[in-house]
Amino acid sequence: MLEILRQPWPWYVAGPLIGLTVPALLLVGNKALGISSSLRHVCAACVPANIPFLTYNWRSEAWNLFFVLGIGLGGFLGYQVLGHPDTVAISAETVRDLQAQMGLTDFSGLLPRELFAPENLMNWKGWVFLVLGGFLVGFGTRYAGGCTSGHAISGLSNLQWVSLVAVVGFFAGGLLMTWVFYPLLF
Amino acid sequence: MKNLTYLVLGGLFGLILTKSEVVSWWRIQEMFRFQSFHMYGVIGSAILVGLVSVQLIKRNRLKSLNGETITLADKKYNHGTWIGGTVFGLGWALTGACPGPMFAQLGSGVAGAAVLILAALAGTWTYSALREKLPH
Repeated sequence: MLEILRQPWPWYVAGPLIGLTVPALLLVGNKALGISSSLRHVCAACVPANIPFLTYNWRSEAWNLFFVLGIGLGGFLGYQVLGHPDTVAISAETVRDLQAQMGLTDFSGLLPRELFAPENLMNWKGWVFLVLGGFLVGFGTRYAGGCTSGHAISGLSNLQWVSLVAVVGFFAGGLLMTWVFYPLLF
Repeated sequence: MKNLTYLVLGGLFGLILTKSEVVSWWRIQEMFRFQSFHMYGVIGSAILVGLVSVQLIKRNRLKSLNGETITLADKKYNHGTWIGGTVFGLGWALTGACPGPMFAQLGSGVAGAAVLILAALAGTWTYSALREKLPH
């Protein structure tokens, strides 16, 4: 049993379980799944700076912060406690492309250390991948009114066409970065 | 007490994201290069199960445990939907993480995730400050 839990879970187990989070949150407390809002709540709690968009009663949304804290604990449980293979079994084609195009050599871990180790903040890679990347995620999700959870899963589950527009945007941006900007960076 | 329930639900959510490797930069790259079905399977089946559940909840006018009739607000369109969506997509391909996975990565022991979260907070704060000047 533990060995099964240790191995990566296939999409047909993980996907439906992620989908069930939507009704679980609705049934427990009439809450809509959405994670990027937590970033706004933290800003409102810590640095509101009289900005109208950050001046609201964030405490009434505290559930969202507990949910996010839980996600962190879940990551700890899944990776450190249960354990996980050191290398993510991506397709051989992806490995080949990343070696050839980006010069990556170390394929261990959840993210490439050659790009995401904090000591990379001493060179351009850390600033692009960690700082610019994170900034675009925080800026873009709030501008779009949601992220993969709020728009793609929660929104599309409720047949919101606005969410479909957002998801098309997510993919357009991702494809643009992968196919146009990555080749320029490396 | 109530918040403890959300902590547990978040814990399960984070566990699933981690064990299915949705929190991995490698998986996101594989997805944007169309070289595996994994991510499409995860997202697609999640939406399908979510869709069926939400429709069942709405048709049966179910109440939540705290006695409220369950309602899902309609999302309103503005130009930020696609502009912001594209901006997020650029960041998603760089970091390989949406907001949820960043927290799971930090919990799993990826030190760089702390930088990602701080940068994402800076991004959200900057949007909030510039909001009235941006096209919507």
